[in-house]
Amino acid sequence: MKVRDNARRIQPGPLEYTRQAWMRMILLATFVFLYTPIATLVAFSFNDSRRNIVWRGFTTKYYEKALANDGLIEAFVNSLSIAFVSTFISIILGAMTAFMLWRFRFPLKPLYEGAVTLPIVIPEICMGVAMLVFFARIGWPTGLPWPLNLGQIAIAHVSFSFPFVAVVVRARLASFNPEIAEAARDLGAGEWAVMRDAVIPHMRPGLLAGGLLAFTLSLDDFVITFFTSGPESVTFPVKVYSMVRFSVTPEVNAASTVLVVITVTVTALALWIQNKQSSEARG
Amino acid sequence: MTGDLGSENRTPADKAIIRINSLSKNFGTIQAVDGVSLEIQAGEFFALLGPSGCGKTTLLRMLAGLETPSAGSIIIDGEDMSRVPANRRPVNTVFQSYAVFPHLSVLDNVGYGLKVTGIRAVEVRDRAEAALDLVKLEGYGARMPDQLSGGQRQRVALARALIKRPKVLLLDEPLSALDAKLREAMRHELVNLQETVGITFIIVTHDQEEALSMADRIAVMDRGCVRQVAPPAQLYEFPTNRFVADFIGSVNLLEGIVSAVDGAEMTVQAALLAAPLRIVQDKRFVPGTKVWVAIRPEKINMTKLETGPTLRLDDNNQVEGIVEEITYLGDFSIYHVRIADRPEGLVKVAVPNFDRATLRPFIWEDRVILRWNPNSGVVLDS
Repeated sequence: MKVRDNARRIQPGPLEYTRQAWMRMILLATFVFLYTPIATLVAFSFNDSRRNIVWRGFTTKYYEKALANDGLIEAFVNSLSIAFVSTFISIILGAMTAFMLWRFRFPLKPLYEGAVTLPIVIPEICMGVAMLVFFARIGWPTGLPWPLNLGQIAIAHVSFSFPFVAVVVRARLASFNPEIAEAARDLGAGEWAVMRDAVIPHMRPGLLAGGLLAFTLSLDDFVITFFTSGPESVTFPVKVYSMVRFSVTPEVNAASTVLVVITVTVTALALWIQNKQSSEARG
Repeated sequence: MTGDLGSENRTPADKAIIRINSLSKNFGTIQAVDGVSLEIQAGEFFALLGPSGCGKTTLLRMLAGLETPSAGSIIIDGEDMSRVPANRRPVNTVFQSYAVFPHLSVLDNVGYGLKVTGIRAVEVRDRAEAALDLVKLEGYGARMPDQLSGGQRQRVALARALIKRPKVLLLDEPLSALDAKLREAMRHELVNLQETVGITFIIVTHDQEEALSMADRIAVMDRGCVRQVAPPAQLYEFPTNRFVADFIGSVNLLEGIVSAVDGAEMTVQAALLAAPLRIVQDKRFVPGTKVWVAIRPEKINMTKLETGPTLRLDDNNQVEGIVEEITYLGDFSIYHVRIADRPEGLVKVAVPNFDRATLRPFIWEDRVILRWNPNSGVVLDS
């Protein structure tokens, strides 16, 4: 009995992947490749050197410098404002699109369904050029005061991020038991009450996941934003790009680190809310 | 027009809570419900029974207002409800999947129907708690649905549907998701609950045992049509057509032609039997009519040819055969007896296993005599 136990410990079963050496190596390599660049970025934001190549000691002065950089802060505020507005609109549009595709049958529905998901697959550069041409053609006013000067970028962001919300929410709706909605109706709920009390509660995890996706997509989009932003409306990624054109200073690293922290925090927060909701539902 | 109809229907003698008038529903080219007319009395426990796809659920959904009829009308308590949406009908439903709101507590689930119609929170709470007591779920109010068993979830669905004191409660296959023991217990509870609340229950089921044991009256449906409406015992003992005879329980059908009618007695010449069958029943057909004689397996008496009593030659209702197959079911056994050398020449006979013995009273290849009384068979012409 004991001998056989030992034998089993030495020879992992075919499905015990985590106990196989090569699998552990692959796992480790994956983590290294994924996170080394980010770790380096964060580490060098504390580097006490103007040229970002050799480690010369620890400092936080580039964070202070980044905070004092009005252009960078402005770009940062712009990015966050655009992200919030475009996420909000994307959630509403995406949820409505998903609901329509789930609930109704209408002529040319497959075509419409394809058209909605097109922005997901279309090359960003094409989308960017298209946006630029579009806004120029309709004569979108320039030189508007803040925050109206961000309108173009926000519209562009909505147009490529709401399909993500739609796809996620649509997938979530596929698991909806129509009898739940019928039960609400049967118990006296009108169309709106059915939406509010039966459909939307089921959609909620999808709305959250889709919204999160839209938020991060908007926050770090460069290509499309580059084509739709003017000199007065610079976003964070565009600003970082312009800074890098001169030299990669630790200031850029510091700013990027802040962005990483924000993105990770928002993601973690959303996951935490989602977990809390599902565990509340479970008790 | 509906006003006139309403006042006419509300005469004191009229106890029908639901009148269904030649109701039809088609989905594209599929005729789900085909000209059904029914009257369901107030306080009745009514069952819609039929095989899957017979239209019983569609009929129930039309009563609930979840489907719009293609033709015909539904009158509930004297008012034409055919086009009234589900949320404004005095009818509530227990769904097959129970459809308990997963994001609401048990108490909020039960109180939902009151809350959504704008009743004060305090009253909603009190009535929801009373409804939970009614279905024996006191103290479960704070739980979430996924902390409940299937049976408890069904009780929540029941309480939720009863809280609005509907005129009619619709139940769509309410017991199909429960295990066998629980199902039997729930049957009694549903009947008791119906007696307590006094609300008309309409249950949809494909399980004949369920319908027979619970319902006051049963409508047997087939391919969108109602084939017979009757109390359980009448349905079993006096089916009016072959479909009902065959669907409810087990039956032997002998095809034949009515050869003579003499007072209460009919003589039928069955194709499989040498001697004519003599049957006593109220409904008589003219000689020459093509009929089927339906005989239940438990109404046939079987004796061994060697040891049995001597044949009474004046009794026509008997036939000789050979035991071909035996199905042991514990409480009784089904013997398949071949009475003619034709595919349809097998007769099922149910014999209770009266003696506690592993030794069978009959074995394969036994030559036996089957007998039945003149009032055991039912003659059907459709």
